[in-house]
Amino acid sequence: MSTPESQGAPGAVTENLVLEIAGLEKTFNPDRPNAVAAIGDLDLAVRPREFISIIGPSGCGKSTLLRLVGGLTEPTAGELSVNGRSAQEARLARDYGMVFQAAGLLDWRSAIRNVELPLELMGWSKSRRRSRAVEMLKLVDLDGFDSHYPGELSGGMQQRVAIARALSFEPALLLMDEPFGALDEMTREHMQTELLKIWRETATTVIFITHSIPEAVFLSTRVAVMSPRPARIAAEIPIELPERTPHVRDTEEFFRSVSLVRRTLRSVEAT
Amino acid sequence: MKFLRGGAWLPPTVFGAAALGLWELLLWLTDPEGFVLPRPSEIAVALGENLSEVWMASRVTGFIILSGLAGGVALGVVAALVVTRFRTANEMLTPLAVAINAIPIIALAPLFNNWLGITSPRSNQAVVVLLVFFPVFINTARGLTEVGDEQVELMQSYAASDWRIMRTVRIPNALPFFFTALRLVASLAVIAAIVVEYFGGRQDTLGNIITQNAQFTRYDVAWAAVVAGSVVGIALYFAALILERLVTGRYARVTAAG
Repeated sequence: MSTPESQGAPGAVTENLVLEIAGLEKTFNPDRPNAVAAIGDLDLAVRPREFISIIGPSGCGKSTLLRLVGGLTEPTAGELSVNGRSAQEARLARDYGMVFQAAGLLDWRSAIRNVELPLELMGWSKSRRRSRAVEMLKLVDLDGFDSHYPGELSGGMQQRVAIARALSFEPALLLMDEPFGALDEMTREHMQTELLKIWRETATTVIFITHSIPEAVFLSTRVAVMSPRPARIAAEIPIELPERTPHVRDTEEFFRSVSLVRRTLRSVEAT
Repeated sequence: MKFLRGGAWLPPTVFGAAALGLWELLLWLTDPEGFVLPRPSEIAVALGENLSEVWMASRVTGFIILSGLAGGVALGVVAALVVTRFRTANEMLTPLAVAINAIPIIALAPLFNNWLGITSPRSNQAVVVLLVFFPVFINTARGLTEVGDEQVELMQSYAASDWRIMRTVRIPNALPFFFTALRLVASLAVIAAIVVEYFGGRQDTLGNIITQNAQFTRYDVAWAAVVAGSVVGIALYFAALILERLVTGRYARVTAAG
């Protein structure tokens, strides 16, 4: 993993970036008394196969950033390109797999038909999307739960269906907004291990929003720390861990990274 | 629904029979004047004696109920789809619908008779349509709009069109709301149709049988017509229930079972 300096450096090869953000700004209700500057002058570059976590004080605009990247809302100013395209173009080209804190499954569709949903929208044939969905459910260890409805699954299982759904069409970018925020600690750690396994197997680039420092450190190749509103990326911390297994949580490297992120976050909040 | 399964018929049937038995027994013991309340056996006899008249009237009134129900449900669903899809339509239509609902519509029956002809089924149908419209409209519109933000954003992230989101997320989400309204208005339509017939019009209707016979103190016959109206109402309620099961399928059974 390279250092933050080298990514923003002039002459960086654009083709190598999945996501490139420069001078991004987002103000809600601009030119009105209740205007809120959520994001101000934010830069970020993400290379293929990176797992980048975005962490920051609550209400700092992490979700807004993710929605801007996903083309669900328009920036007030600045550049944002996904594989050389605008966020809107990338959205219409279905470059994104999104996972939210709420699994957002359609209650009236079985697990497998939820996974098939994006493939259905993309016009895949029935047999092709069925076999892909079976494969995806296996990937998230839910084989045998194909015909279960979301109401019959636990919170962690629902979230795994949501992940399978997001990955089913091999999106260029996986955008995750506190996907494990509603899960208990045990399930959460299990899901983190699962996610890493999937990330390795699928060669996906992940942008992961969280407010848990250990979660960010355990998962990421790089942690980006956001400042309070109007938010920018205040610091980027590369994470080097000897291995990414549950045991690594007890290693000194892990603790060192966690405390580094914590100190950075504190100094950012203080300013 | 449990009571659609075989064995589950038993408790309500036993309870109903027991209630009728108690009714019969109490009247037999106290023996009040006939006009207070006829015994179930007397109603049954009156129903048997006037079966063809009650049957024909049930068909006439049943037609009003069914056609009014169909019209009101169709209008309600279309209006709900329109207000969900178009914001300006919502701002125009919803207050109008609320205003219509605030009118005591049954009380307008004589006016409808005046406008659309007292012997024409149109005036009766109009009242049923208006009464049925509102619950269907409000419930369906609610089901169409009460969709999780993340579900809509997710569909948008797949580049789904508004119409596609309507078909894939909003309409399935609205189905339980719609069917709740349908069960409600199935009974409401029966009440509305019969009450409108109290205001006059054709002779061969359930409402007319009730008013005419009550006037001549033949309460047993009036009650026989009430029984016929109840049968129509119960039949419609179960038809709505069965339709719901057919449409929502296994999902509904799973969620009903918890």
